[in-house]
Amino acid sequence: MQKRELTCIGCPMGCQITVELEGEEIRSVTGNNCQIGDRYARKEVIHPERIVTTTVVVTGGDKERCSVKTKGNIPKDRIFDCMAAINRVSIAAPVKIGDIVLKNVCGTGIDVVATRNIHKI
Amino acid sequence: MEANTMQAYDIVIVGGGPAGLAAAISARKSGTERILILERDGELGGILNQCIHNGFGLHTFKEELTGPEYADRFIEQVYALHIEYKLDTMVMDISEDKVVTAMNRTDGMFQIQAGAVILAMGCRERPRGALNIPGYRPAGIYSAGTAQRLVNIEGYMPGREVVILGSGDIGLIMARRMTLEGAQVKVVAELMPYSGGLKRNIVQCLDDFGIPLKLSHTVVDIEGKERVKAVTIAQVGKDRKPIPGTEERYTCDTLLLSTGLIPENELSGKCGIRLNPVTKGPFVNESMETNIPGVFACGNVLHVHDLVDYVSEEAGRAGEAAAKYVQNGCCEAEDTREPISLVATDGARYTVPSVIHPDRMEDLLTVRFRVGAVYKQAYVSVYFDEERVMHQKKKIMAPGEMEQIILQKKKLLEKPDLRTITIRIEED
Amino acid sequence: MLYDVVIIGAGVSGSAIARELSRYKLQICVLEKEEDVCCGTTKANSAIVHAGFDAETGSMMAKLNVRGSQMMDQIASDLDVPFRRNGALVVCTDPDEVDGLQKLYDRGIANGLPADSMEILNREEVLALEPNLSENVVGAFYAKTSGIVCPFLLNIAMAENANVNGVDFFFNTEVEHIEEDTLPSSGEKIWRIRTCNGDYKARYIINAAGVYADVFHNMVSAKKIHITPRRGAYCLLDRAAGNYVSHTVFSLPGKMGKGVLVTPTIHGNLLIGPNAQDIENREGTNTTAEGLQEIIEKAGRNVRNLPMYQVITSFAGLRAHEDGHDFIIGEVEDAPRFIDCAGIESPGLSSSPAIGEYVAKMMAEKLHLTPKENWNGKRKGILRPSELSMEERNALIREKPAYGRIICRCESITEGEILDAIHRPLGARSLDGVKRRTRAGMGRCQAGFCSPRTMEILHRELGIPYEKITKSGGDSKLVTGRTKEHFGEEA
Repeated sequence: MQKRELTCIGCPMGCQITVELEGEEIRSVTGNNCQIGDRYARKEVIHPERIVTTTVVVTGGDKERCSVKTKGNIPKDRIFDCMAAINRVSIAAPVKIGDIVLKNVCGTGIDVVATRNIHKI
Repeated sequence: MEANTMQAYDIVIVGGGPAGLAAAISARKSGTERILILERDGELGGILNQCIHNGFGLHTFKEELTGPEYADRFIEQVYALHIEYKLDTMVMDISEDKVVTAMNRTDGMFQIQAGAVILAMGCRERPRGALNIPGYRPAGIYSAGTAQRLVNIEGYMPGREVVILGSGDIGLIMARRMTLEGAQVKVVAELMPYSGGLKRNIVQCLDDFGIPLKLSHTVVDIEGKERVKAVTIAQVGKDRKPIPGTEERYTCDTLLLSTGLIPENELSGKCGIRLNPVTKGPFVNESMETNIPGVFACGNVLHVHDLVDYVSEEAGRAGEAAAKYVQNGCCEAEDTREPISLVATDGARYTVPSVIHPDRMEDLLTVRFRVGAVYKQAYVSVYFDEERVMHQKKKIMAPGEMEQIILQKKKLLEKPDLRTITIRIEED
Repeated sequence: MLYDVVIIGAGVSGSAIARELSRYKLQICVLEKEEDVCCGTTKANSAIVHAGFDAETGSMMAKLNVRGSQMMDQIASDLDVPFRRNGALVVCTDPDEVDGLQKLYDRGIANGLPADSMEILNREEVLALEPNLSENVVGAFYAKTSGIVCPFLLNIAMAENANVNGVDFFFNTEVEHIEEDTLPSSGEKIWRIRTCNGDYKARYIINAAGVYADVFHNMVSAKKIHITPRRGAYCLLDRAAGNYVSHTVFSLPGKMGKGVLVTPTIHGNLLIGPNAQDIENREGTNTTAEGLQEIIEKAGRNVRNLPMYQVITSFAGLRAHEDGHDFIIGEVEDAPRFIDCAGIESPGLSSSPAIGEYVAKMMAEKLHLTPKENWNGKRKGILRPSELSMEERNALIREKPAYGRIICRCESITEGEILDAIHRPLGARSLDGVKRRTRAGMGRCQAGFCSPRTMEILHRELGIPYEKITKSGGDSKLVTGRTKEHFGEEA
């Protein structure tokens, strides 16, 4: 039986939650004060996911870097693979918020999109 | 442009960040025509341009946006409403009679007679020097915000092996940002026994990457004459002074400081605006107006915020009030009774606003305040003079989370002799 | 190339000497191990032009301090350097020590100060002049001619003027060894100076090497001198506290020096310090918790309720204290043509114009030097638009738009001033070089706002890649590379 400790991020309480697992089966969730904590803990322990925000290289624009984000969550354990892929991207100005700079990053099914506008110079 | 002709605008807004933008939009929607935003950077958006992380806009747009995306929602409105703005323009002076002196490359130094002024200058970071951290003064020591600008806007890495002092959100965000860009963040030291940042950031910026957080610790030495070579941290006692013998040395080439934000009120101080020593921002009334009639303040220059959504809301009120001031003139004529002082005590550190003229209020007034320590299962109590009118239990309150209460105009007008409203934290 | 004179050290002493010698028809160069002038003791001191009552009567220190103070108005005017005589109060808080005040007066007279420039004040008179002094004040010695100056600008101005008048400056050039040599053609004895950038040959060497002066002296002379780096820490307070006192407030001096002072600076800040701690490390300019605590505590004995929450930075400097506790200026007896300018601790800054004058006179007599006809001792400093009227300012901005762009918002420094700092003789090549010449980065945010912008200007104007831009030369690079460059590499 595995025991995992985590801090809930659902609200400022930050309850310390303990999850007991056998393999991928959750046996118990304790320490949370509400349902938000329960749901968060179950997800976080089995399939932790994150949004990644970073920048990409821009050419021909009034800024040299464009801020970007993954359009949805990606698996937490793929963060650095995705960063490596994003770091190989370079986009040409002009850029608009929402432009896709990298489709389906690392096969996650999630696109990476621009979060700012860059003018062409 | 001739130096002697002075332009006139109804409302001049100092700062084109989230506060300035929201104030401008609100003032225009309240009917004011000639509005001018003066922004010192090369683009609108203020600090949001470098806050490329998520978490903005949950309250305002019911969406989670990154900083630049949030800014863009307001910038688009400024464009759509044809609100004038000048970029790369530094305001040098504001006089008591609302003459704004500013300067840029194309217009030179010029003056504008403003009908009303809205201060939205934001805040700056407390530097190492103000902390009296002993040691050498090498390259490689950055405030977290300056590092954030270098990484996210200019695209340069301040360093590769990092120690961070301060676990406020900026420090935590930069711990993650530096790690994602390939640096090694060795430790985050925090002077207080609790972190000033959101729990979410502790998890997603530190825990995710195995970066240790050392509470009740501070930096006691910096090595490296030319470039940072190592940083020594030590535990501190209840007096926040280092405990000898607890030193830990970390080799690194970078020290990031996230040790406090200070509202940027140099201009305000110069024109006679009274500043609250607790917030370092102006005292304001229910209309976000300072002690100078027609000069308003909002956003981080007024008091340092955690959520940009509250900044936009506060700035919206300032914009409305400035518009009303410009259209109707001074509001004193409305007053039917003495103003009410707002007092923060016993756990509450300050309130914004600090004085209320009930006749000039909107129906509801949001009063924001901060507590001075972490409180669990305590009560926010509101007293009208000696009478307790509110006693609300809160699971948790912390210095890093701004709190609020809502006052009703109706209730205040019912009490013409009410002089003081006190907000305090009570254990039961 | 054979130089007539090689000066080791581009601090205020070396630069003052270089400037005075540049009046004559001589080939002169200055060798400086750092990337810029003013990187040693001159960079970190009390910035006081002492009246001259403190040094021991008859010593070189006394003589040159008094003369240097006399010369300072003219020099400051000729070189466009900010300086003013705000007066000094040596404060006594112990009734048993009151006689010490009279001793200062008497020594002032003996050192040549005019009687009417000094006064002994009683408690009421002192507190009327300085209401923020301690309750415990019993009296003070008042030296009216004491002044405050900008040590960076004085050093930089002297060096620039020397350079414009023909003196070569070589930076990042550390002297490693000095030995005698002979010119093959004439048999003339010269010096061969080995540096990290190759050899220099000189007829005369002037050793103005600060805390390293004994190292070089001892290479050529059997009669050794010994310099101890004596570290002093300082706290600098925001300009909002700048008029907390208006005079320079001293304690009665002790064995280790003048003690901790509290003074306004010429730029409007408040300066507190220094203590005096003898160390061995000639590069030991780090502050310590104990040192900072010591200066705050000692300053607090003379000045009440110091607004320490207004501190914006702290730093430490090393004084070159020689065992004999006096300046050593003159030709070394057993090493002809090697001129020491060693042991220049306080009152070194105050004496600097006089040091330059003294050494140049000595050289002129010794070598029968011919003055140049076209020597120009006047130098214009960096134009400060804030000192112009709005019309003048706008005319300037129309001509040079860079003066319309503020880079350092705390001190209101424009891009035009930074460009001037970079492109003038001996121009800035680093962030600190810009800072010392323009004050950009010296304000309350301590370069948090301006440094990315100043870096961009240095990059653009000098073609230095971002990764090579330094805070103060050497290894003090500001960034380690671009984002997206090193991902996946081992740190």
